[in-house]
Amino acid sequence: AWASYMTNSPTLIVMIGLPARGKTYVSKKLTRYLNWIGVPTRVFNLGVYRREAVKSYKSYDFFRHDNKEAMEIRKRCALVALEDVKAYLLEECGQIAVRLFSTKHTYGVPGSLKHVSLPSSQVFFVESVCDDPEVIAANILEVKVSSPDYPERNRENVMDDFLKRIECYKVTYQPLDPDEYDKDLSFIKVINVGQRFLVNRVQDYIQSKIVYYLMNIHVQPRTIYLCRHGESEYNLVGKIGGDSGLSPRGKQFAQALKKFIEEQEIVDLKVWTSQLKRTIQTAESLGVTYEQWKILNEIDAGVCEEMTYSEIEAKYPDEFALRDQEKYLYRYPGGESYQDLVQRLEPVIMELERQGNVLVISHQAVMRCLLAYFLDKSADELPYPRGPLHTILKLPPVAYGCKVETITLNVEAVNTHRDKPSLNSNNLPTSQSPVRMRRNSLTPRASADTEKRPRHHSVGSKPRDPLGPFPFLE
Amino acid sequence: VCMTNCPTLIVMVGLPARGKTYISKKLTRYLNWIGVPIKEFNVGQYRRDLVKKYKSFEFFLPDNEEGLKIRKQCALAALNDVRQYLSEENGHVAVFDATNTTRERRETIYKFGEENGYKTFFVESVCVDPEVIAANIVQVKLGSPDYVDCSNDEATEDFMKRIECYKNSYETLDETLDKDLSYIKIMDVGRSYLVNRVMDHIQSRIVYYLMNIHVTPRSIYLCRHGESELNLKGRIGGDPGLSVRGKEFAKSLAQFINEQNIKDLKVWTSQMKRTIQTAEALGVPYEQWKVLNEIDAGVCEEMTYEEIQENYPLEFALRDQDKYRYRYPKGESYEDLVQRLEPVIMELERQENVLVICHQAVMRCLLAYFLDKPAEQLPYLKCPLHTVLKLTPVAYGCKVESIFLNVEAVNTHRDKPENVDISRPPEEALVTVPAHQ
Repeated sequence: AWASYMTNSPTLIVMIGLPARGKTYVSKKLTRYLNWIGVPTRVFNLGVYRREAVKSYKSYDFFRHDNKEAMEIRKRCALVALEDVKAYLLEECGQIAVRLFSTKHTYGVPGSLKHVSLPSSQVFFVESVCDDPEVIAANILEVKVSSPDYPERNRENVMDDFLKRIECYKVTYQPLDPDEYDKDLSFIKVINVGQRFLVNRVQDYIQSKIVYYLMNIHVQPRTIYLCRHGESEYNLVGKIGGDSGLSPRGKQFAQALKKFIEEQEIVDLKVWTSQLKRTIQTAESLGVTYEQWKILNEIDAGVCEEMTYSEIEAKYPDEFALRDQEKYLYRYPGGESYQDLVQRLEPVIMELERQGNVLVISHQAVMRCLLAYFLDKSADELPYPRGPLHTILKLPPVAYGCKVETITLNVEAVNTHRDKPSLNSNNLPTSQSPVRMRRNSLTPRASADTEKRPRHHSVGSKPRDPLGPFPFLE
Repeated sequence: VCMTNCPTLIVMVGLPARGKTYISKKLTRYLNWIGVPIKEFNVGQYRRDLVKKYKSFEFFLPDNEEGLKIRKQCALAALNDVRQYLSEENGHVAVFDATNTTRERRETIYKFGEENGYKTFFVESVCVDPEVIAANIVQVKLGSPDYVDCSNDEATEDFMKRIECYKNSYETLDETLDKDLSYIKIMDVGRSYLVNRVMDHIQSRIVYYLMNIHVTPRSIYLCRHGESELNLKGRIGGDPGLSVRGKEFAKSLAQFINEQNIKDLKVWTSQMKRTIQTAEALGVPYEQWKVLNEIDAGVCEEMTYEEIQENYPLEFALRDQDKYRYRYPKGESYEDLVQRLEPVIMELERQENVLVICHQAVMRCLLAYFLDKPAEQLPYLKCPLHTVLKLTPVAYGCKVESIFLNVEAVNTHRDKPENVDISRPPEEALVTVPAHQ
């Protein structure tokens, strides 16, 4: 599994750049993406440590490079942060730590890296360089005005103080130099919010993925709409999966959706569906061009396809219980798991990042995966959020993270949601974690009893080894 | 202003022997394989067609009036063909492979692109390492038609003088002067990259691909799982285990791999029993990829060809009519397979020595990528059981060595029958089915 390319070498990503260059924005987004694809990542923000140490921020004077006392405090914070990074990577099995620095040479980065005892090949620098004053001003207004450093100030004062703060850093700022001093480091320099990139010595697969991701994100304001297909015939009878058409109420929803879209007056809206009838029929009513993606197809329930939950419980009680225990990792026999789904949806996320306004008409499990990416949900939470039929989730652009607006389109539908049952597992099989056994197979997969089911194959990446310390089974 | 569906013109930039043609051919092969209509136009080739016999580097001297005239003529002829391909023949991407080392020349091409509604993307290769350049010359220049009558030393000397002709007027893509152009600048065979103004999805894919390829010597080994129980019975698909002979093959494969003494070999399998069992015999760590699973034959899974003919004669005929695009009901097509295998190809490009143990249809797709086989031929490539194909990149392509590991197996290859009509009698449909139990 591609995780094995990373399991043995944790990576430290160091964000560099003057203030208001988008370091925090990029590091949060990157962290969210990496966690979603299954690489445990955490951000260590020096500003947070500093705010802890110096309870109240007075003014930009704190950041003057000749302010000895302040420098001492900042140095100490950096060391504390570095200790935490070390703990995360080496003891807590984190894969990637993202550190925010302002300049490479502040606080002696090379020295401190030795302190964390990571060889330099596992450090990847991401530098954000910006010389467009409009972009910088916009950044300051978006995020700095509401920062804890400026609780009561008015905008002009904030802007003024912050610009002076930037000047303090400029005195000692040394940008990465690919031709001489830094030519042996691995880094990407992002210039003017993605207009240009300089990429140097990409070492491995994960760095290559990071570079690709950073080159595809943008900061243009846009809105993403997520919804499920209209109610289907199978939804009505409680059957999961399959490829049924819309019920009469489902068709009503499609009409309501069309009206909603028209009222929103969205510029250049792209519409995506899966290759299953129910999403296609929903999109057809909109009367606009739409794109069908096979990888947006619903999770393949393997042998359980087209059964109701009660039928599954009756026919496969062990499987049913196992799924409730570990819904994210559990893979239907002959089918898929949520983890497989995330893998297969990765190209969709990448393309969503590239695009502007998009409406994605998909399915319950698929929508949960996409939502988990935008709302930074962990694997445990991912399979449970409510995604009822005939409801649209609107994700408008917002500084650090994502806001969700839920819009119900007043067309009745059945409820297809199944909560996580309380842990009264009477049907637990005695063998230890068979779910994990299926994931981590050095032994051939047992398949003597799997019927042939329509398999929705995925345009996705490789399968995963278990993350973290799962026991190897003979 | 170009909308999303306008054609893309890729313009190579760089001194001779910097890998422009290598990159242009590889990129063309990759995009063709994933289904993007693309064609490359090598101006050097146009020059060779016009000036029948190459005399010496003096043709390229900056003050050689006649030489300059001919070279300009060739460039224009090539651009004209580009226009025909993109605007009249439904091409999506054209690669204009020439040195294009002056800003003036690049502006001419950019204007050409604008006039015709193309998006222009520059790919520059910059390299100053004399060893790399010398290696390039040996790999691809010595065998060029230009030097067919020269000794190696004479050819090398002439070629180095040829490079000098370009150096004085070379204007590399500049961060300031060229800030409005879309381009990628590749430095020292991929040590670093400068990427500017990527405009759309296809450019982003191209950049990602270019950043993942390398030229470190290595070999890729492709083979199928050992013979399976269903193979013996002539049944397709399913998830059977290895037959007795299949297990023997796995052992032979282990021995073969040991003898080859491959440095840092990675082993990949699918998630189906038969490839996993084969890899198990090697006694080395291996990785299971779901996307390497065999093509899903949907309703025809685990049937023999005779049964398919009996139960689905129409489907059987349709498949023979267009085997690449035909999708089994509730299953997949070769075209779907290629899409699902793209991450494997990308990762194979990043890796060095790899052994991929997979399946017949999957192996055909991977092989078609490395050997640049078109879609019509892909589903009929011969990939017999118990045979390892060793692929070694060389010059502009791939050397293939076929190694049969001396363990007998059934033949699973079904050629296209003569009669593909939907009204054909069963005997004619089944005439090419290989023997089985």
